[in-house]
Amino acid sequence: MKKVQTDASEVRLHGISGSSGICIGKAYLVDREGVDVIKKYAINSHKAANEINRFKNAVSKAKNELVDIIKGLPSDLRQNAYILETHLLLLNDKMLHGKTVEIIKNESVNAEWALKEATTQAKSLFSSIEDPYLKGRSADIEHVSNRIMRNLVGFKDVNISGINKRVILVADNLSPAETSQIQLEKIMGFITDHGGKASHTSIIARTLEIPAVLGLGSASHIINNDDIIIVDGMEGLVIIHPEEETLVEYDERIKKYAAHKAEIKRTSDLQAKSTDGKVFKVMGNIELPEEIVTVKDHGGDGIGLFRTEFLYMNRIDFPDEQELFEQYKEVVELMAPKPVTIRTLDINGDKEIYGAPKTKEANPVLGLRAIRFCLKNPDVFKTQLRAILRAAAFGNVRLLLPMISGCEEIQETYRLLDEIANALEKQGLPYRRDIHIGIMVEVPSAAIIADAMAGLVDFFSIGTNDLVQYTLAADRGNRHVDYLYNALHPAVIRLIHHVVVAGNKNHIKTFMCGEMAADIMNLPILIGLGVDELSMSPQSIPAIKNMIRKFSVSECREFAAEVLKKITTEAVMRLIRDTYGNKLINDLKAEKE
Amino acid sequence: MNKLENNLTREITVVNELGLHARPAAKIAELAAKAASNVWLIKNGEKVDASSVIDILSLCGTKGTRLTIQTERSDDKIILKQIVDLFEQGFKEP
Repeated sequence: MKKVQTDASEVRLHGISGSSGICIGKAYLVDREGVDVIKKYAINSHKAANEINRFKNAVSKAKNELVDIIKGLPSDLRQNAYILETHLLLLNDKMLHGKTVEIIKNESVNAEWALKEATTQAKSLFSSIEDPYLKGRSADIEHVSNRIMRNLVGFKDVNISGINKRVILVADNLSPAETSQIQLEKIMGFITDHGGKASHTSIIARTLEIPAVLGLGSASHIINNDDIIIVDGMEGLVIIHPEEETLVEYDERIKKYAAHKAEIKRTSDLQAKSTDGKVFKVMGNIELPEEIVTVKDHGGDGIGLFRTEFLYMNRIDFPDEQELFEQYKEVVELMAPKPVTIRTLDINGDKEIYGAPKTKEANPVLGLRAIRFCLKNPDVFKTQLRAILRAAAFGNVRLLLPMISGCEEIQETYRLLDEIANALEKQGLPYRRDIHIGIMVEVPSAAIIADAMAGLVDFFSIGTNDLVQYTLAADRGNRHVDYLYNALHPAVIRLIHHVVVAGNKNHIKTFMCGEMAADIMNLPILIGLGVDELSMSPQSIPAIKNMIRKFSVSECREFAAEVLKKITTEAVMRLIRDTYGNKLINDLKAEKE
Repeated sequence: MNKLENNLTREITVVNELGLHARPAAKIAELAAKAASNVWLIKNGEKVDASSVIDILSLCGTKGTRLTIQTERSDDKIILKQIVDLFEQGFKEP
């Protein structure tokens, strides 16, 4: 946790964003004190029976509490009831219940201590388990044990359901039982010391569309009941005792956010149809399966670019086929029948990947990356391709090959795909080989021989970030030459034009993923050049869809013809400003207000 | 203890996607608790009490794991069969 003290009163805490949104309200602390410190004391052996009874009473009380919680569960959380039903069984489990009684008897100690011992032992059984889901179940034992413990030490149960005003819930961590007790309409937001994006609290918060900031470390110790706090779920920021100025600023932001959300909801699900009737697919770029929700929320027509490097990073081995398959299948199933474009592994200089070239290359962006790395390491590549073909049996998959610079690379990949399809057929595993296969057009050589490549593939996807950098030989990360880096350079525009024309001649479509597609100012040129589909970060989708609806393709075509005559970047930009400046900029303003 | 008979033992494979997680474990434990004798789950020689959710979870029965289910009395054959059915139906998970 990073803590920035701006002045005596206002305190800003940075955590993990669990759910977006903003709220201002009063803190309500879910107090858990008294459970953690367990005293050990000896019990006279003839009093052990009393102690065991005390323990059994605490268990039966815990059981009644759980039964009440399950009964009172709001219908929208009913599907979570099984967790609580499992907790009910755990209450009587031999490992917990039986063991505690045994310890009280054999060691003549108090019930609290015996329960703590039994819990520790039961949890230790899980420490050697490797399966992450099953390993996580030790938290269930902890929750059940805490519930019994609260009854043993006579600590009043946290009664979240009794909250009678709208509050921001502040807790160390919230168990599923606690979250399900909450009268949801009374909660404006969540703040917890522990937990992350995938925690139960995050999932609930996202379902309810209320902000949550988690992993704050010690927020529950700093915040007092009834403190005024701001929860900024977008930034993962919590502000305690905000100053007048901050309050005004956030009040403004809440209004904007609400208006923005309403606007998105109204129009983003509608298709993006130009005034003369051409429908453009506007898709989302994602890296994690979780981002699908954002793509759907922003009206994405599918996944135009699913980057697959994430599962390969920060680990010491390569992911196995099953792990990849399960992740791809999840994404494909969630998105079906809309397409998911899976780009094969595109490692490059800035991503540390196991097995990637250890020796530092002088020019990593011109080195052994993406398809080049994959064809050099066919076992790694085949594992991924197998997972993709298998996932394709569960929805609409397109395969996208990055960094293609020559036809041989495509032919070699097809050879591998056929080999894999044969093997899968023999193994009797469900798969699809007849998926659409396309290439990233990001190396100038590929763009130049697009006519040759078009005969080999089902679609093109122009990756503008690299295409611009390679065409102009300018690293945009290098501030001495970044002035050269501009997607509107006539060479880039002509290359795009060349690719689209080659695609049209061979009846294949040209898509674009990359930052150029997300910039409203470029839209008339891209429509005019004949790009068929755009893919971008999910947040940009609504604005682009909205803008497409204001243009006609025929008008843009004439405009693009004019653009192609220009000989400098400056002249291209001036032409855009002069022709569409007002239309584009006014809309941009309206979008933000 | 009764002498173990051969038909008091059954071999099964975990077929459901998530493996022996909390919900299946709870279903097994519920049945096993009704047995007159002990019901055991055995994985690679590791033997756990099928009436304990915690014990079952600690087996780490991921998808594809081979397990032996064992009971000690022929009265409990029905329960044994019911548990085998649960496994075979993948705990009725989608």
